[in-house]
Amino acid sequence: MSENPIQNTSAQRPGENYFGAVLAVAWKDLAAELRSRELLSAMLIFALLVILIFNFSLQLDRTTRESVTAGVLWVTFAFAGTLGLNRSMAIEKDRGCLDGLLLAPVDRSAIYFGKAISNLAFMLIVEVIVLPVYFILYNPRNFFNPGFLGIILLGSIGYVAVGTLLSTMAVQTRTRDVLLPILLFPLVIPVLVSAVQASMGFLSGQPFEEILPWLNLLLVYDVIFVAAAFMAFDYVVEE
Amino acid sequence: MSTQPRALIVLNVASVALLAAAYYASLVYAPLEAVMGQVQRVFYFHVATAWVGMIGFVIAAVAGIVYLWKKDLKWDSVSLAAVEISLVFFFIAIVLGSIWARPIWGTWWTWEPRLTTAAILQMIYMAYLLLRQGIEDPEKRARFGAIYTLLGGISVPVTFISIRIFRSIHPVVIGAGGAEAQGSFSMAPTMVQVMLFSIFAFSVIFVTLFWHRLRLGSLESRVEQLKLKVMQ
Repeated sequence: MSENPIQNTSAQRPGENYFGAVLAVAWKDLAAELRSRELLSAMLIFALLVILIFNFSLQLDRTTRESVTAGVLWVTFAFAGTLGLNRSMAIEKDRGCLDGLLLAPVDRSAIYFGKAISNLAFMLIVEVIVLPVYFILYNPRNFFNPGFLGIILLGSIGYVAVGTLLSTMAVQTRTRDVLLPILLFPLVIPVLVSAVQASMGFLSGQPFEEILPWLNLLLVYDVIFVAAAFMAFDYVVEE
Repeated sequence: MSTQPRALIVLNVASVALLAAAYYASLVYAPLEAVMGQVQRVFYFHVATAWVGMIGFVIAAVAGIVYLWKKDLKWDSVSLAAVEISLVFFFIAIVLGSIWARPIWGTWWTWEPRLTTAAILQMIYMAYLLLRQGIEDPEKRARFGAIYTLLGGISVPVTFISIRIFRSIHPVVIGAGGAEAQGSFSMAPTMVQVMLFSIFAFSVIFVTLFWHRLRLGSLESRVEQLKLKVMQ
């Protein structure tokens, strides 16, 4: 209080602005979604349908389930995730909101992080609903252990970090919706491989030392790709 | 319209001659491998094409970075040329590998780190071509392409490591292989000669094709400019 208030605000401004901007972008998406619910309901129903299809195509009886639960869940999340990523960027592009966002006097990476946080939130909400449903349907062992849930969080972060960047690219092309999964899936294979292996490890109660390499890989991927996307985003929205 | 420069014509002839010589060297000159027999001869071209394919992808990623830095469309056509040629050579390497793997491993394909990574690499660069197809503005096409090759370049090693944690059966001929590797052999001196020669031959062929593709790229951009002029 003793300092000059004007000087004080101007000194604090950039940092305050940056996180404020990130949260504002994320909050805008969440608020819009709370009112329309078109994205979440589509993702959710799609995810449940994928599980239903797996049920019949893989014949998920007791013995098969033991080995494929992690795979089924991750494929479901990945597919539902592309649906969400596509839609969330398409909304920005269609109504010209992206241009508006870009005009805002904040660092552009703040827009990236805002979009990534809201995409992550959508994905986590879908996961939070799908997991109990899967549990009720199949009653797998060791389902709600913290390690497994942690892997789901880490995997989703890696997926969304790359996905948000690529969906920003994909919406600016002629083939938009078709293109995102084609661009995204080959790049997120490390996330899927390590997340599936680590999830399977936790679900089947393997010792922690055997899960550790996968966990490390997942962490490394998350760090590398959040950093890469942070640096690349400027080039993707440049006009 | 410019005709081919003299050096390029020399390279054309040299490439054909070297390819013929590489055929002779690997099919006739190289000694017969004791255990695997004739099928081992595939190895010389397999290594050479895979080498050229990898070099192309590295060039593409580096040219992508340089483009983002310099913003000169020339680097974009370098990147595109490298990716296109590499895709073809890498595909040849995979097919030759399969031909070898069928009698030695007893299967055309196995989900082994190198094979899987090679397949994913192909997918990434096919996605790269699809991405470019969907964008009309050359500047934006170059920018997005550069970012995608960059992301691909980062993700491929991580993919390799992730699949490597599963055990590997691919033989490592140069350097120490894993205990699980099947179909390894130690090379006789003539085999090393032939291998190095075919790597050299394919490197020259790569340079020739690369040059042709770059010329094609610059012709393409001229056509595009002329089209724009006509439309105005």
